[in-house]
Amino acid sequence: MAATAQDSQAPLRGPEKKDEDREDETEFSPFYGIDKGAVLQEARVFNDPQIDPRRCQQVITKLLYLLNQGEVFTKKEAAEVFFGVTKLFQKQDINLRRMMYLCIKDICPGADEVIIVTSSLMKDMNSKTDLYRANSVRVLCKIIDGQLLAQIERYLKQAIVDKSAVVASAALVSALHLLGNNAEIVKRWVNEVQEAAQNKNNMVQFHAVALLHALRASDRLAISKLVTSLTKANVKSPLAQCLLVRYVAQVIQDSQPGANGEQRPFYDFLESCLRHKAEVVIFEAARAICNLRDVTARELTPAITVLQLFLSSSKPVLRFAAVRTLNKVAMTHPLAVTHCNIDMESLISDQNRSIATLAITTLLKTGNESSVEKLLKQIGSFMSDIADDFKIVVVEAIRSLCLKFPSKQRALMNFLSGVLREEGGFDYKKAIVQSILVLIQEIPDAKETGLGHLCEFIEDCEFTYLSTQVLHLLGQEGPKTKEPSKYIRYIYNRIILENATVRAAAVSALANFGAACESLRPRIIVLLRRALSDNDDEVRDRAMLHLEQLEGKAGGPEAVQPRVDVNLGAMEKSLADYLAGPTDKPFDISAVPKAPIPTRGASALGLPSGAAAASGAPGIPATSAARKDPTAEYAELLRSIPQLAPLGEVFKSCESVRLTEEDTEYAVFCVKHIYESHIVFQFNCTNTIAEQVLEDVSVAMDLADAADFEEAFTVPLDTMPLNGVGQCFTVVSRQPGAIATGKVVNILKFKVKEIDPSTGEAEEEGYDDEYQLEDLEVTPADYVKPTLLGNFRKAWEELDPATEKEDEYGLGTREGLQEAVEAVIGILGMQPCEGSEAVPPNARSHTALLAGIFVGYQQVLVRMSFGIDAANNVAMKLVVRAESTELSEAIHQIIQDA
Amino acid sequence: MATMDPTLPLVKNLLLLDSEGKRIAVKYYTPEWSTVASQASFEKALWNKTSRTNARAEAEIIMFDNVVVVYKYVGDLMFYVTGNQDENELVLYTVLQAFYESVTILLRQQVEKKTVLENLDLVLLAIDEIIDGGIILETEPSTIASRVTMRGADGEQAPVPITEQTFSKALASAKEHLARSLLK
Repeated sequence: MAATAQDSQAPLRGPEKKDEDREDETEFSPFYGIDKGAVLQEARVFNDPQIDPRRCQQVITKLLYLLNQGEVFTKKEAAEVFFGVTKLFQKQDINLRRMMYLCIKDICPGADEVIIVTSSLMKDMNSKTDLYRANSVRVLCKIIDGQLLAQIERYLKQAIVDKSAVVASAALVSALHLLGNNAEIVKRWVNEVQEAAQNKNNMVQFHAVALLHALRASDRLAISKLVTSLTKANVKSPLAQCLLVRYVAQVIQDSQPGANGEQRPFYDFLESCLRHKAEVVIFEAARAICNLRDVTARELTPAITVLQLFLSSSKPVLRFAAVRTLNKVAMTHPLAVTHCNIDMESLISDQNRSIATLAITTLLKTGNESSVEKLLKQIGSFMSDIADDFKIVVVEAIRSLCLKFPSKQRALMNFLSGVLREEGGFDYKKAIVQSILVLIQEIPDAKETGLGHLCEFIEDCEFTYLSTQVLHLLGQEGPKTKEPSKYIRYIYNRIILENATVRAAAVSALANFGAACESLRPRIIVLLRRALSDNDDEVRDRAMLHLEQLEGKAGGPEAVQPRVDVNLGAMEKSLADYLAGPTDKPFDISAVPKAPIPTRGASALGLPSGAAAASGAPGIPATSAARKDPTAEYAELLRSIPQLAPLGEVFKSCESVRLTEEDTEYAVFCVKHIYESHIVFQFNCTNTIAEQVLEDVSVAMDLADAADFEEAFTVPLDTMPLNGVGQCFTVVSRQPGAIATGKVVNILKFKVKEIDPSTGEAEEEGYDDEYQLEDLEVTPADYVKPTLLGNFRKAWEELDPATEKEDEYGLGTREGLQEAVEAVIGILGMQPCEGSEAVPPNARSHTALLAGIFVGYQQVLVRMSFGIDAANNVAMKLVVRAESTELSEAIHQIIQDA
Repeated sequence: MATMDPTLPLVKNLLLLDSEGKRIAVKYYTPEWSTVASQASFEKALWNKTSRTNARAEAEIIMFDNVVVVYKYVGDLMFYVTGNQDENELVLYTVLQAFYESVTILLRQQVEKKTVLENLDLVLLAIDEIIDGGIILETEPSTIASRVTMRGADGEQAPVPITEQTFSKALASAKEHLARSLLK
């Protein structure tokens, strides 16, 4: 056998790795220098008339090794190997057979090839040998389709109740996999599965219980019944018991919470699982109790007790599991976790840093005021040897602790400034600086010390981003402190020592001091003069401008810090537009949408919304980003149509509406664009028929039910693209600023040209045709768009009370208040203010505040009070104030129409 | 896998790496790491995060990138079991124990890279006997080991005892060594 002799040297012929260091190590590997081509060559041994089982086994191992190392076999190679392996079924060698099973599963062949092995595998399925039966079931179920499955169904049912555990498990697990695509067939085996659930073998019981549940997964009532019967039966297997705990938790989750004081169904069962002998079950039950919705302190106690025992376990996995669960509990029930504080403290020095960090953050959440100092000392000793990402977690925990105990701010602030001085990467430093910034905003007492620490920090700070942020804050807050002059030195040092970006920020900060403190002004002017000779343009420009201002020119000192209350994104866009067009007129900043007046917390420093939200401050940037604004998306398109240019700026674009049935020849969607005195209907049209060409497409409107409108003009579409989107426009006019409403009947008009199937070209002559589209409504809601508002109360009081309109509405049965609030906000299309769109859990009543502007930039504010009764009926009182009574009525009209 | 009952504990992968983080035997069960490159980067990240920790006496645990990994070092080998971040850690630990203990039995306590490579078939079969498509199939190490070696399979042919089998393997590898040294 020449081929074999050659093949035995195959590994040596492979390309040698040029890695000197690895030489010794790879030396002993039987796979050293292994090469796919050679192994495939070697695989011909499968075809020998005299099968050598050991050798075949080795070749299969080599093939699997290649697969494992990420080698890819082409379809042809895989098919060849697969055919080869199937030939080995004639040899009765058990170890070889086991490798064949594995190989067939890994080299998963196509459907055509599968047929070759099914008969062999079916023969094995009826073998006397348990392991043959078990493995052939697993392989078969992995490779067959539904049709074949029906053929072997009888054997699988038998296998499920087989007295050999390995066979039963194999059949049950295979059934779990089959459930995805062949649920109907598997459902017929439920009696056998039920029998298997009584099996004495742990794993069989586990798989049977899992399958029983999966079979009922969509039926809540059936699950509830299953859980009831299983909790009474004797489930012995720990893993099956874990499943049962999960099912019970699910049933509790789905059930209505009992009235006060009444015990939940199945809570007893969970508690009894805490006394199970297997740790895995104890933990599963403890975790389930901790995750119960609205869990009470009394229900928690037994679970916390067992978790506390786990905390002092010698196994890291157990400690981690316990501390992770307790950490979660601490967020909602800090008091319940305080019992574990002593054990938790010993975990601070745990070898496993994940455990240590979780322990610290838990302690910081549960800690009481008196223990703060002690805790900080422990953390301090440990901070130096953990990774930055853990440090950030700790810093964030410290920040929330500080907000909780403002009286401890001195110690906590000292800690933060201490870690600020140590080594650390940018993200870590940023987290610290931002924590200090938040604390300065939130805790008045902390301001002076905080500013002091930050001053020291910028003395030796390598991150420009952080330096400028701190300088800006100093400029804002410094002048308001008792002794503003002490910050001047720190800021001026930056002008001397730093890069241009920081210098510019420092110049602005200095100017702020000059503007706010008259006594310091002459001295600031002297300092700013020195910056006039700076070699950077921006620094010089800033110094020049601020000098002029401080000397009473260019708007005077008040102008040093102008109030820019515009939405910056919109501002950028407006400026770009301005530069693109003719620039004879000066830029009008008042046309730019206003931004909210920054509130405390999410300060003018432009903290990222994440930090603001984390500190519990109203996250205005987050909410504004959440409401998608289609207007911006379309503005670009509208500007590109010359005929639409004279209409002015678009006020609002509405959501796209479908005007055709699904699966018709033409798909037409409409978007309404509201202008000051026009409405542009944009029709997005798609041709779905390849055999015809549609040309000169337009939409004619019948305005009989919309008397306030008058058709102005249309912009037709030359050809309706095949499976693409083309636009035609129909423009109607109305009184400027009017809230005109009505129903519009639309008819799609076009010229059809058939495509000659023989030439593939369109006919010369076409004929006119039309198609009735769905009607469109123009409602008052189309004229209002959301707007951001910083102080709702103030704006509310500024509007004339005479415009106030109040009415009550029944909203019918709702899932909950949150759902009702969201529905009304969706209908009105206005911006919720001050986070009032979030309903606290279990609230029975709620008030939400909305702000919007009507076309013509007229403000409208809405105050909605919701109430919900036991039967989930929701009532709403809606109070509206606007710039005119008509607008208030229009809002009520929107609700009445909905 | 997509339509699997969410209450069923699932294993995302089993990994056996060497002391330099190179893969010896791995098996992925979920589509998150569908390419070899993404698998390699996961293994690299995992190894970087775990290689300096001490997981010899007791299995260790780490959470990163929304997965929980339990791991243990035996000899110059690293055994890893990955699960969903919401998975019961102790279930994963049970699987890990099944993994390294069954391999220990199969390799007759000689758990080191050399023997694992020489008996790779046994290790691959052990992985196959522990997890089937993400579902835990068996966790009892001795049961797994006897299923791998097909012990008790009373076919027409007497089962090859584990000693004989490893001996034949050893002989084969000795032959290869010899051939290689002669060719040098």
